[in-house]
Amino acid sequence: MIRKLQQNGWLLNASLLGALLLVALMSGMFGQVDLDMGQMAAAVFGPADSPEAIIVRELRLPRVLLAILAGASLGYSGAALQGLLRNPLADPGVIGVSASASLGAVIAIYMGLAALSPVAIPVLAMAGAFASTAILMLLASRDASVLTLILAGIGISSLATAAIALVMNFTSNPVTVQEMVMWMLGSLENRTFDDLTLAGPFIVAGWLVMMGVGQGLNALSLGEDAAHTLGIDLKRLRWRVVLGTALSVGATVSVCGAVGFVGLVVPHMVRAMIGYEPRRLLLPSAFLGAILMMLADILTRLPIGHGQLRLGVVMAIIGAPVFLYIVFKTRESMR
Amino acid sequence: MNGLHISGLSVTLGDKAILRDVSFTVEPGQVVGLIGANGAGKSTALKAVLGIVEPTAGNIRIGEQDVAALSPRERAKKLSYVPQGAPVHWPLTVERLVGLGRTPHLTPWQDISAADEAIVQRVLIETDSWHLRDRLATTLSGGERSRVLLARTMAVGAPFMLADEPTASLDPLHQLQVMDIMRGQASCGAGVLLVLHDLSFALRYCDRLVLLHGGGVLASGTPADVLTDAHLETAFGVKVARWSDGGEQFLAPHAAKGV
Repeated sequence: MIRKLQQNGWLLNASLLGALLLVALMSGMFGQVDLDMGQMAAAVFGPADSPEAIIVRELRLPRVLLAILAGASLGYSGAALQGLLRNPLADPGVIGVSASASLGAVIAIYMGLAALSPVAIPVLAMAGAFASTAILMLLASRDASVLTLILAGIGISSLATAAIALVMNFTSNPVTVQEMVMWMLGSLENRTFDDLTLAGPFIVAGWLVMMGVGQGLNALSLGEDAAHTLGIDLKRLRWRVVLGTALSVGATVSVCGAVGFVGLVVPHMVRAMIGYEPRRLLLPSAFLGAILMMLADILTRLPIGHGQLRLGVVMAIIGAPVFLYIVFKTRESMR
Repeated sequence: MNGLHISGLSVTLGDKAILRDVSFTVEPGQVVGLIGANGAGKSTALKAVLGIVEPTAGNIRIGEQDVAALSPRERAKKLSYVPQGAPVHWPLTVERLVGLGRTPHLTPWQDISAADEAIVQRVLIETDSWHLRDRLATTLSGGERSRVLLARTMAVGAPFMLADEPTASLDPLHQLQVMDIMRGQASCGAGVLLVLHDLSFALRYCDRLVLLHGGGVLASGTPADVLTDAHLETAFGVKVARWSDGGEQFLAPHAAKGV
């Protein structure tokens, strides 16, 4: 029975869900003002106008919810893309959506729109994500092979990165350049329910598009021809993963900045726990992505960073060594 | 009747005609060998039957049912496939890998049931790979791996099984094992269609042969009808030696044509 539960991943998923709730609670407690359990309970269940309630409900809740949505999107789409491309090095960045969303944000900052409206950056970033997805679909339409898809994605990504450099190149004000760089390092600071209502629907839509791709990804373990003869509609599978990633990660980057490494590292961490079957990686990767995102966000608020630490930096600083460790540990089975 | 009927099959890739008007039938209980020189169109013929390659003309029927009209899942239940040199991209356990063969019978949300597991167990035993069930598929030797991939295909339980050079890159013992498994599938009522390079196997294991040459059918019928000196010289450009041992016929190429 226990073996069965372990095999199916229920035990892992239940544990990760428990950890997720625990970390969410921690994320509500720590910050510039630390709250204890009693204050948390008062903030959640007590009157809405107490200082604790305002801190938790207005400041920390949207931040926690965004961290969960963003981390889950990056983790899930990372696992799905690695399965689709059958490549353990794939991450949501390969389809070019992250760089394109960053380009949108950088343009919003360059044109001074960010000062006019707080939603200017996310709206333009999302426009960038959509534009890149549209170009990808045009370039790699019809019978696109996986290779065409990756190459088109890398091309779009390089183009967007070059355009970002160009915009920075033409920005004469060093403060503006710094604002751009800081945005790209990623952050959940000062995010409100406006950001959540803007990005949330696209993120959830992306999840819905990607739901149930696990069976097809499992069949793809045997190669495209075998998957086809197991009754998998490969063209549909490909577009579901790409579109789902574009929607959820595009919206994520729009409000959090380009937070790297989650999509790459999380599936590997899950593999170390439950094995390589692509379908079984999906849900745990979403949970673990959300947990890591919240943990990294908590770290950015701690005094050690003097309030200067950015989310993307924390993630990469933690993620890269973890990644190296996993590579070292699993080098036998990767042969 | 309920055979797999291929009629008038043509495939053009780019502006090159790969297959021209190929017709043959695989009856249940038969092993049919598809033979021909490299580039004769054997693999393309299999892929066109499976819908991996879009035929430019012709149709494929199972009994009266047009295969093109079936959904991918329904087609997958009727035609199973062993690709040539099949890859395994992730280190899955043998048991889970063979279980992937049950995919066409499941909804996208289902995992394999106890009944599916019983089928997986049976095909693992039939292919002499039960002892490998907990091994990672990426750690298997070439012979073990091809048996396991064969078991994966058998797990589909399709009435027709197609295999592209299932004996390629195997040592003699494993070649014999694989051919015996194929024969066993046919004696259980499946129709088996094989792409083969070994003419001796084609002679001994197949009920019928289809000899492709330049994208068309040069000859089809019983092995004795197809494997004539004239046909082999035309299709392969070789002369063959023939002998019999213990009542079994053997055949091997021994010289290029005109030597």
